[in-house]
Amino acid sequence: MSSVEHIKEGRSRPSFPWAFPSSLFGRATPGAGSPAILALLMLPGLIIVAAFFILPMALVAMRVADGPDGLATYFVILTNDRYLASLIQTLVMSGGVTVTALVLCGICGLFLVRNRFAGRNVITALLTLPLSFPGTVVGFMVIMLAGRQGVIGSISDALWGEKIVFAYEITGLFVGYLYFSIPRVILAVMASAEKLDPQLEEAARSLGAPTWRVVKDVILPGLMPGLVSSGAICFATAMGAFGTAFTLATDIDVLPMVIYTEFTRNANIAVAAALSIALGAMTWAVLAAVRVFVGNGATSGTGGGA
Amino acid sequence: MRRDWKFYSQLGLTIVLCLFIVVPVVMSALAGVTVNVFKGLSSGLTLRWVFEVWDLYAQSILLSLGIAMACLVVTLVAGVPLAYVLVRRPSRMMRLFEELLTLPVAIPGLALALALLITYGGVSGYRSSWLFILTGHVLFTLPFMVRSVAAVMAAMDMKMLEEGAASLGAGFWRRFFGVIVPNAKPGILAGALMVVTLSIGEFNLTWMLHTPLTKTLPVGLADAYASMRLEIGSAYTLIFFVLIMPLLIAMQALADRGKRASRRIDTAEDTL
Repeated sequence: MSSVEHIKEGRSRPSFPWAFPSSLFGRATPGAGSPAILALLMLPGLIIVAAFFILPMALVAMRVADGPDGLATYFVILTNDRYLASLIQTLVMSGGVTVTALVLCGICGLFLVRNRFAGRNVITALLTLPLSFPGTVVGFMVIMLAGRQGVIGSISDALWGEKIVFAYEITGLFVGYLYFSIPRVILAVMASAEKLDPQLEEAARSLGAPTWRVVKDVILPGLMPGLVSSGAICFATAMGAFGTAFTLATDIDVLPMVIYTEFTRNANIAVAAALSIALGAMTWAVLAAVRVFVGNGATSGTGGGA
Repeated sequence: MRRDWKFYSQLGLTIVLCLFIVVPVVMSALAGVTVNVFKGLSSGLTLRWVFEVWDLYAQSILLSLGIAMACLVVTLVAGVPLAYVLVRRPSRMMRLFEELLTLPVAIPGLALALALLITYGGVSGYRSSWLFILTGHVLFTLPFMVRSVAAVMAAMDMKMLEEGAASLGAGFWRRFFGVIVPNAKPGILAGALMVVTLSIGEFNLTWMLHTPLTKTLPVGLADAYASMRLEIGSAYTLIFFVLIMPLLIAMQALADRGKRASRRIDTAEDTL
């Protein structure tokens, strides 16, 4: 802290009489309330987090340890073939959705920022439409697209006399998660594309760099923070999403569906809890890792939950 | 600007992506007002399905709106002061607390719901009331309110504002409600819109937390998709769109205004 701030602080009010709370709340800033007031301000939030998040999570962790297999239940996700297969399927699908969404939205987002044409704003608004659709609605959109009465089926029926239907399987889920991810990723890409300096590209071009080099060395590095953070959110949402799978079919074996069936049909609470903790830990780890790499605030735009 | 094949192929891809998003929305909206989906639009348009949905699910729609409002009140009361403390008194402890606070967003709703069920499932009066669902919604939306308010608070010169008010003799609460809160209004508004939108659409948590008597809008939607005819599901989706659209538009407008305001500040600084 600079000495100027010390002086200011002294002018504003004498420093805190009790050392403990002021160290708890970090450095004193002039004008802020007394520690008692700050504690009072935090109280509602603290109660909510402690009673309805920390306590339940701790109880769940204990519940798992009390189960028939004890702490080993935590590793059931790796040792049980069915759970492992479901974990791998979930990981592969979430990764696939993330990459597809990043590529598609990377191209379109950059295009929308770089070009001005009639209807551009309308297209941007439409692309961000599903931003807060719940997973169930996204599932219904997939049924509208690729279900038994869907557009794709009707078109293929008219063209080849054969109905293409893929809504009620893992492909449908993939399409649903893509549907859900596009608005988020496109917003992130457009936000970082607006910050790109077109002069850098001009410079690279005038120095004779071919287009692919400009993309690889100038544009991509500039977009990277936005791509990485929105990709992480995309991945995390796809890992934990439940509503879409629930609407499409109950026999799609992604991890959230497995947890749901273990809990409701088999009443296997210890395993369901262990699987959810594992899933939560993985999702959190991905988001935390990205925040470390890209810097703080990168993952602040998490929204919804399909 | 020269428009070559690259421009048109990118435009083509963008339009395809746009159709991918819009076509199902339009289809489902149309299906909700069509007499018979299997015969197509030629069977005529009707509002019958919308009224039928209202008869069947009015209670769950109203419950959702009620929960969203209650959720907004709780997140305002808990979130705005919390954001203030987080911005005003940053420390390692505070950052840890913020991380904890944001965890319910990262953790799948299913896991959170499971934890709440295991802990409070036995408290029968609470378990069977709408307050149980509200708890889940508050956990999930509170981080959004805090982040949104904290972002605006961090950008304004709170120290100067508060010192100014304090030197004029304003006590803490007067400063908080008279200076801090009005200045943080854009963040509070954006957070509020976000909280209401998220709460109305929340399904992951709510599906586990609901009882037959406390069905919310998205729970009713899942129910309609699974067990009602396609027209009813579509009409219900249409009602949801109508509810959520003004919120989305307001959010977008607010974001645009914020962007324009910050650009204005940028140019002002450039000219100095």
